Parts: sequence; structure tokens; C-alpha cells
Amino acid sequence: MKLFRWLFAAATVAALANAFRVAMFVVPADKEQGDIFRIFFYHFPSAMMTFLFFFISFVASIVYLVKRRSNPAGALKADALALAAAEMGVAFCTVVLITGPLWARPVWGIWWTWDERLTSTLVLYLIYIAYLLLRRFAAGPQMRTLAAVMAIFGYVDVPIVYMSTRWWRTQHPSPVFFGGENAGIDPSMMPAVWWNLAAWLAWGILIMSWRYAAEHRLQAAEQREALKALEV
Amino acid sequence: MRQPYFLIHLAKDLRLEWRSKDAINSMLFFAVLVVVLFSLAFDPTREASRQIAGGILCVATMFAAVSALNQAWARELRHQVLDAQRMASAPGAALFLGKVLANFIFVMAVEILLAPLFVVFYNLHPLGNAWLLGLVMPLGTWALIVNGVFFAALSIRTRSRELLLPLLLFPIFIPALLGMVLSANAILTGDSDPGLWIKLLAGYDIIFTTISLLLFEVILHAEG
Repeated sequence: MKLFRWLFAAATVAALANAFRVAMFVVPADKEQGDIFRIFFYHFPSAMMTFLFFFISFVASIVYLVKRRSNPAGALKADALALAAAEMGVAFCTVVLITGPLWARPVWGIWWTWDERLTSTLVLYLIYIAYLLLRRFAAGPQMRTLAAVMAIFGYVDVPIVYMSTRWWRTQHPSPVFFGGENAGIDPSMMPAVWWNLAAWLAWGILIMSWRYAAEHRLQAAEQREALKALEV
Repeated sequence: MRQPYFLIHLAKDLRLEWRSKDAINSMLFFAVLVVVLFSLAFDPTREASRQIAGGILCVATMFAAVSALNQAWARELRHQVLDAQRMASAPGAALFLGKVLANFIFVMAVEILLAPLFVVFYNLHPLGNAWLLGLVMPLGTWALIVNGVFFAALSIRTRSRELLLPLLLFPIFIPALLGMVLSANAILTGDSDPGLWIKLLAGYDIIFTTISLLLFEVILHAEG
């Protein structure tokens, strides 16, 4: 198991290196935007990973709430996973929010605009920071229940934020996949997109599994302490 | 015939507020201060005030409500009233609904008292359908109060309760605030149709009222 983890880590680093090579040196520069377009190969996969990991956190929170009475041990695992996934999502979301303005400045001429996808990503980021803050501030076993409820509220809010800002205004280009005609990018650039998606997915899973293991060990230690306090 | 449980909770909260008037007085004075401060800070012309008045009214209400919502549950903590509520046979959802209705009435009262002041300070003369404000304000206030009471109950269990409530509430409340401000502006300026935003507010209210009622029991019994 440990060997597998190290092999996976090595494969992830190799994939990240290759993704960097393909994105920077192999695919051609964009016709209109030039080399600045290459930031897209980091912006887009990070955005996808953000949504994926927040979704994992949402599902794990529901599992925790359902199982917390009937299967406490399994529920604790779900809680550790929810925390690890939420932290991973916040990390990816930070990358999105940093690369976005860096790219927008030369291309749109502005750092930021209150457009649908920018606003909803920012609100998503704020909601999950509130979630992590709640986990920090609340104490004791009830914290897990409160945090799971907060995660559900946050995730339910996301589509509403998206729709509301969509009606408000839009500047961000159409989605890369399933965006209709004239949306998306040139097929010659797809290798860089796929490589980066795969590499960052592997990286996210790797870090999340480490964080999950650490959190799970912490929970076990807490339970041992509580048990010891009862025995004395 | 016995009264429904949430009406008993509502009557209790109204009676408590009637005797102390803590929440309404503090909210009203706080909201007036915000209105005065914004008016001084921006010194708006008649045209500009139409653009910003909706936003200022909503934000002033939001800050005022947060200061009162923290007290809504702190009141229940004294003498372990909340523990008694937990053991009572009434469902948690009834306690929540009574609390929401009571606070909704308080905040609406503050808004109604604040409205004339607003018209005076900002020289308001709405160009759209002013009666639609009678729909927008209750919908927006309900969105604020449902989430506010829920998150106040959630943050009362944590170390720094007063600090945490706005941190949790504001990010979740953003779409409703957007709907409230934009529909109020559409009504005041008469430029566009607020219908879409009113629908958004109604949808937000329905969704969050439902999940709050469903999940409140979980929050109330979080220790067990």
C-alpha cells in the first residue's frame, strides 16, 4: 500500500512535468492571443478540479449526516474526506482566481469583471472559506455535524449564484466543452488540455489522500484521548 | 383545539420583544446610523440616489438584522432554555419557524419605519411601480431571516459566536442580496423590468426555507 502510494506520487510528478512540457513547448501559440494563452492550460484544469473536489466534499458531507448515528466509524471517514476535499478545492480555486486576472489583464484589458462565472467562482470560494472557518471555530464532536450542514447549504447555493449572475451580465467566453458552436479552442491545443487535466487530477487525489490520512489519524487520536478520559 | 407549536413559539418571542424592545430599538437605531453615514459619505444627487438607494437600504437592513439575530438565540441560552426546548415534544422545525416569523416581523417593522426616512434623506421619487417594493422587500427580508436564524443557531455552538454569524451568512446570502438590490433599483429607476429578480428571490426563499426546515433538527441535536 505504501509502495503504491509512492509509485502514484512518482507518476503524478512525471505527469505534471510532461503536462508542463506539452503546454509550454509542444502546442502552438494562440493565433490572436499569443503565448499568454498558455495560462489557460492551468486555469481551466484548476477550475474543473475545483468543481470536482467541492462536489466530493458535498457528497461526503451528506454521507456523514446520514451515517453519523448508524455507523460512526464510517461517518468519521466521510468527514475526513469532506474536509480534505474542501481544502483541495479551495487550493485549486485559489489557482483559478490568481491565473484568471493575470490572463484577463492582457486579453480583456482589465483585471476583474463582475461577470457570471467570475462572480460565481468568487462566491464559491468565499462559501468554502466560511466552511473551513466554521471547522476551525466550532469545537467538539458537534463541529462535524455543523460543518456538514454548512457544506450542504454552500453547495445548494452555487447553482443559484450561477443563475443570478448569468442574468446579470456575461463576459467570460463560453464553456470549452459542450459550449455550442464557435466555443472552445483549437483541436491542436487539446493534448495540453488533456495532459494538464489528468496530471492535476492525479495531483489533487494524491494530496487529498494524504490530507485524508492525516485527518483520520487525528480523529483516531482524539477518540483515544476521550476514551482515556472516560476510564480514569 | 390546541394551537400549532410554531404559533406558541411565535407568541412567546413576540411577548418577550414587546416587554424589552431590545431587538427593534437596536436595529432601528443602527439602520438609521448606516443611512445617515452613507448619505454623508456619498452626498448623492437626486439621480445618483435612485441608483444607490436600493443597495443602501438592503445593506443597512442586512447589518442591522445580523446584530439582532445574534441575540435571538443568545436569549435562549440563558437558564438553559435551549436544552429545555430540545427535550420538549415540539419538533425542532416548529421552534425554527416561530423564531423566523418573529424576527421577520421585527425586521419588517424596522424597514417600514425606515422607509419614510429614506424618502426624505435621499429625495426619492420612484419612477417604476412603487407598489412592487411591497413584494420585493418582504421576499428579500425573508431570505435574510431564514438563513440568518439558521446560521445564528449554528454559530451559537462555536467559540466566537458573534463573529462567526456574518462570516457564514453573507456568502450564502449573496444571490438574494443581488436579487433584492437589482429589483429595488429597477423599480426606483424604472429602467428595466424587475420581474426576473422577483422570481429569483421567490425561488431562493422556497429552496432555503425548505432545506432549513429539514436540517434544523440536525443542528438542534448536533451534540447527540
